[in-house]
Amino acid sequence: MARLNSPEELRKFRQAIVSKRDPDNPCISICAGAGCVASGADEVIAAFKAEIENQGLQADVDTKGTGCPGFCERGPVVVIYPAEICYLQVKAEDVREIVEQTIKENKIIERLLFEDPVTGEKAVKESDISFYKNQERTVLCNNIKIDSRSIDDYLSIGGYSALAKALSEMTDLEVLAEVKKSNLRGRGGAGFPAGRKWEGSRNASEPIKYVIVNADEGDPGAFMDRALLEGNPHSILEGLIIGGYAISANEGYFYVRQEYPLAVENINLAIKQAEDYGLLGKNILGSGFDFNVMVHQGAGAFVCGESTALMTSLEGKVGEPRPKYTRSNIKGLWNRPSVLNNVETWANVPLIVNKGADWFTSIGTESSKGTKIFSLVGKITNTGLVEVPMGMTLKDIIYKIGGGIPGGKKFKAVQTGGPSGGCIPGELLDLEVGFDELSKAGSMMGSGGMIVMDEDTCMVDVARYFINFLTDESCGKCVPCREGLRQMHKILTNITAGKGKEGDIELLQDLAETAVEASLCALGKSAPNPFLSTLRYFRDEYEAHIKEKRCPALSCKKLIAYHIDPDKCQACMICLRKCPADAIDGGKKKIHIIDQEKCTNCGTCFEVCPPRFGAVEKISGVAMPSPIPEDERNITRKSTEK
Amino acid sequence: MEIDKIDRIIDKHRGEASSLLQILLDIQSENSWLPKEALGRVSDKLDVPLARIQHIATFYKAFSLVPKGRHKVHICMGTACHVRGATRILDTVEEATGLKPGETDLDLKFSLETVNCLGCCALGPVMEVDGKVHGKMSPVKTAEAITTYE
Repeated sequence: MARLNSPEELRKFRQAIVSKRDPDNPCISICAGAGCVASGADEVIAAFKAEIENQGLQADVDTKGTGCPGFCERGPVVVIYPAEICYLQVKAEDVREIVEQTIKENKIIERLLFEDPVTGEKAVKESDISFYKNQERTVLCNNIKIDSRSIDDYLSIGGYSALAKALSEMTDLEVLAEVKKSNLRGRGGAGFPAGRKWEGSRNASEPIKYVIVNADEGDPGAFMDRALLEGNPHSILEGLIIGGYAISANEGYFYVRQEYPLAVENINLAIKQAEDYGLLGKNILGSGFDFNVMVHQGAGAFVCGESTALMTSLEGKVGEPRPKYTRSNIKGLWNRPSVLNNVETWANVPLIVNKGADWFTSIGTESSKGTKIFSLVGKITNTGLVEVPMGMTLKDIIYKIGGGIPGGKKFKAVQTGGPSGGCIPGELLDLEVGFDELSKAGSMMGSGGMIVMDEDTCMVDVARYFINFLTDESCGKCVPCREGLRQMHKILTNITAGKGKEGDIELLQDLAETAVEASLCALGKSAPNPFLSTLRYFRDEYEAHIKEKRCPALSCKKLIAYHIDPDKCQACMICLRKCPADAIDGGKKKIHIIDQEKCTNCGTCFEVCPPRFGAVEKISGVAMPSPIPEDERNITRKSTEK
Repeated sequence: MEIDKIDRIIDKHRGEASSLLQILLDIQSENSWLPKEALGRVSDKLDVPLARIQHIATFYKAFSLVPKGRHKVHICMGTACHVRGATRILDTVEEATGLKPGETDLDLKFSLETVNCLGCCALGPVMEVDGKVHGKMSPVKTAEAITTYE
């Protein structure tokens, strides 16, 4: 492949790719994202390739492994173009039938379609599925259309046209002005306006500057950056090159977390391909602009998602944050001006350059523009990645897109903003999502994790879980974070273990205040949020744990006990056989009883008891009913009585 | 681990001290842990004090200064897995292997680790063994899966 030396050559090359492809020919797109691969997508892709070859259809049918379209719950996801037929939970055994029926005969296979759990209606097209219908996908939409490892695929859908436009039709200052006008705010956490960050770097006197992609997606329960890195790496790369042009930087970095090996692989491949095409390197598209990119892997430290810690880590040192007397866009990596933005922020840049700031500001709320990708997970029917315009209500996201809470359970709270975010209760579900709106409710946007919790989730345990996570991830440099969080974790653990005492809540509040006021970096400053927000909305749960030694959600292991309701037990022996502690006494036609001395509270009996009996129950805060007398345990006698 | 293998990795990164982290990651992925001799060699070649290398090797979670078992078991403790019962999966594995997170057994059969998020939240709770993801686990399924590893 020869280098592309001008925007005109790029345009012609794109035309050549598109003209070679017949849009009416079937194309089978199979999600090859991490979630679907874990559900067996690799076998499905291999089966499709083999079947297409067996049938001699290679010339007419294109098969590709694509990026993640977001509906991980029902993976592996297969979409057949041009008809856009969407099959879910496809197995290798289904492949022959799909090729025979759908590809050759144009027939739809009903059983693989999405069925609406409420109406029972089947959806043929991806865009008809309730999960997708209510989304607005501008960043994620290309994931399922392109082979994530093919630059030609990216070019065929207009890839790198924003770069060409920026380099040939706009000055660097015009690009900067457009991004500023769009009011694009950082998608990684704090929501700082990207344009202002860029401008600061551009105006800094030091001539060598850097642009950096923060792909250290550490928030547990968030995987949108992973989907973009794996599924559409060129879109991030294109944004980064444009950013480099706007602030006059000639070097860029990807800082990718080590837990995402496929992302590292795809980004490295994308860089190699872009270099071969002359979209990276010297004199890009004949513009005279030089730009190079390097990939750096993290090594498993959450704090490295923080800007200054990330830059310290990039320098090959221990990733501890630095005090920010001067912002990192003035003095960052190697003390030079450095613009660090999140993956999703960079992926929005080509869209803004191509469609203009006015288009971008037409979506969203007053202070939060554009769309945002959330990872909707936890106790929710449709788990996956959702991209929605800013300003959509939490209720719409959870019920219209997410399909509500499974198993007929009641909604309790939604946790946003990652470990340092907060929990939002049911009363506030009409809240519109946006940076400032979520902050006002005591949570934050963060990188976009949205973890739904139902009535079985204990809010004190959730706070304990996050504080534990942050205690572990605290780098240890400053005292309020290192010691304060450790003490908070101890107290919260005591409360969930039934050892809470009067005054614990006040002590936790004191520790929280100190950490917020006196920590060095954002990790410590925001670490008490999970405690503060759960206390704000669920104080009664804290009090029940401390005063009554009761867990209202029946979740804290040390505060609950399992009991078999003698009126419901059918003596089926299932729990008795499955109990790993041999704690269940009983026999055929003999009502089972749990020996509380032996019971380890593992919950196996609760899980295996057939739902139609529902005899095993959890109790908390009340005395264990005394076991029924030995002579009343015989079931036949009971039924004859009735 | 042989010296020339380590040298090759260092040369790949052009022996720059700023690549220290990447060099250690490469050694770790080749050898699955960081032996003392390897750290000494890196220190000599890059002219970086051994204390700084140990600071890095103990700060970042990805590094191990002790040998690892044949099977690396990772239990995801991410939020999505947590609310779906990851603790019980961890309890089951601890029971089955006799290990606590961070430990390796004497026969070098299993190493047990917890991880913060594997990004497979739709499949939670998740256990990963040697890179293979086992999704939607229950304590019963977990106990069965663990026994299949030799």
